[in-house]
Amino acid sequence: MASYSTNEFKSGLKVMLDGDPCAIIENEFVKPGKGQAFNRVKLRNLKTGKVVERTFKSGDSLEGADVLDITMQYIYNDGEFWHFMDPNTFDQKPAGSDAVGDAKQWLKEEDMCEITLYNGEPLIVNPPNFVELEITQTDPGLKGDTAGTGGKPATLSTGAVVRVPLFVQEGEVIKVDTRTGEYVGRIKN
Amino acid sequence: MSDASWLPTAAHDALKARADLLRSVRAFFDGRGVMEVSTPLLAAHGVSDEHIDAIEVPGHGWLQTSPEYHMKRLLAAGSGPIYQIARAFRHGEAGARHNPEFTLLEWYRPGFDLEALVDECLALLGPLCGAGAERRRFRELFAAVTGLDPLTAPAADLAARAERAGAPTGLSGPQAVDYLMAVDVEPALDPAVLTVVTDFPGWAAALAQTTEDGDGARVARRFEIYHRGLELANGYQELLDADEQARRFERDNEKRRAAGKRTMTPDPYLLAALAAGLPPCSGVALGLERLQMVLSGAERIDRVWPFPVERA
Repeated sequence: MASYSTNEFKSGLKVMLDGDPCAIIENEFVKPGKGQAFNRVKLRNLKTGKVVERTFKSGDSLEGADVLDITMQYIYNDGEFWHFMDPNTFDQKPAGSDAVGDAKQWLKEEDMCEITLYNGEPLIVNPPNFVELEITQTDPGLKGDTAGTGGKPATLSTGAVVRVPLFVQEGEVIKVDTRTGEYVGRIKN
Repeated sequence: MSDASWLPTAAHDALKARADLLRSVRAFFDGRGVMEVSTPLLAAHGVSDEHIDAIEVPGHGWLQTSPEYHMKRLLAAGSGPIYQIARAFRHGEAGARHNPEFTLLEWYRPGFDLEALVDECLALLGPLCGAGAERRRFRELFAAVTGLDPLTAPAADLAARAERAGAPTGLSGPQAVDYLMAVDVEPALDPAVLTVVTDFPGWAAALAQTTEDGDGARVARRFEIYHRGLELANGYQELLDADEQARRFERDNEKRRAAGKRTMTPDPYLLAALAAGLPPCSGVALGLERLQMVLSGAERIDRVWPFPVERA
């Protein structure tokens, strides 16, 4: 892997820090008049999601991380791994539950996901921003509550539970924003 | 392009404020009999300072990191007092307060000692900024903020203090002082006044004369002016001795080698000009975008500079 000097650090660059792949969020140049310059860098650890701040002498370098973001299609879960396929090469890759994380409650077969690969293996699975899922269980709501006030919990086909308006019924397909976990609307058949 | 990155990042008002500022700067120097000059941006030789990297133009030389060398040649040739509003280029200096291409207002005053030049800087900046001035010696200022004497504290103590403030490990004493100056001392300065810091450590002399302070420590005849948390100007009582200049070039190159950087050929024209005789003088460089940031309250240089490097 190439190494990158502080003046090449920019938002989104993936580098190795303390053995973990990280994405650079911010790179601030700090220079006292004349003299040694520094770069104060904010990085997100891609394994833990934690944001760390680190200061480097300008001109220091970090090794690049073999990290790649690609779009893959979720195909199935075998009980242990979630399997994804590259739609161009038909290459399949299994992702463990660490990589899938909270995305697992939104994964529907055939949906396209953004996968971050580290050394060729899935490191982070990002579900689509919006998913359409069927409600498998919800209490019958009050007829006539079209304003959507109040709401009630509904369990979706993937196991996720979201709050839906009272008029939404079992068996309906709804659209959910996976970033907030919020109900967006009903999908009319 | 599909996005809006063709647009300037600075508002029209900022462009106009810059034009107004340039006009008042020219009027200030006109009124004092200082002549405006223009010198090359592209030259065969570049700066040797270990902490400043010039941008190379293959086949031609280097974009100038300041107009200093050429202006000193004019002074040695008898120009008298001169100023320049010059573009300068520094590799890798990009951030909220830095752009690799920027504008320096640089001027030289034959017959002025450092104090006379500080007074002239304040005569320019005081009315523009609407602020009074406060003078601090580097050593006392640094000690007051950090609790350590920058000239005599053990390097390990300075490095440990810098690390507590977030610095990388393994800094030398001077590097730790640089770090603490930027991270702890500058933010602690009174933003309401123009702070003139003098008597920098001898190692930070660059092209300034050195002298002994009252305690026998070697200090540089150099000043910096800060306002609202930004360093605006850096001035020297200029080094006149060609042999000492040649030794500093060589020391710079030793430091560059130690840091794994490419060495720079000492500029033979500058050395010859010093040997021929630079009149005793003081000179100062003032960052024009920095000044405009202070005057307008802009937090970022791209609010006063229409096309930062990412868009240029």
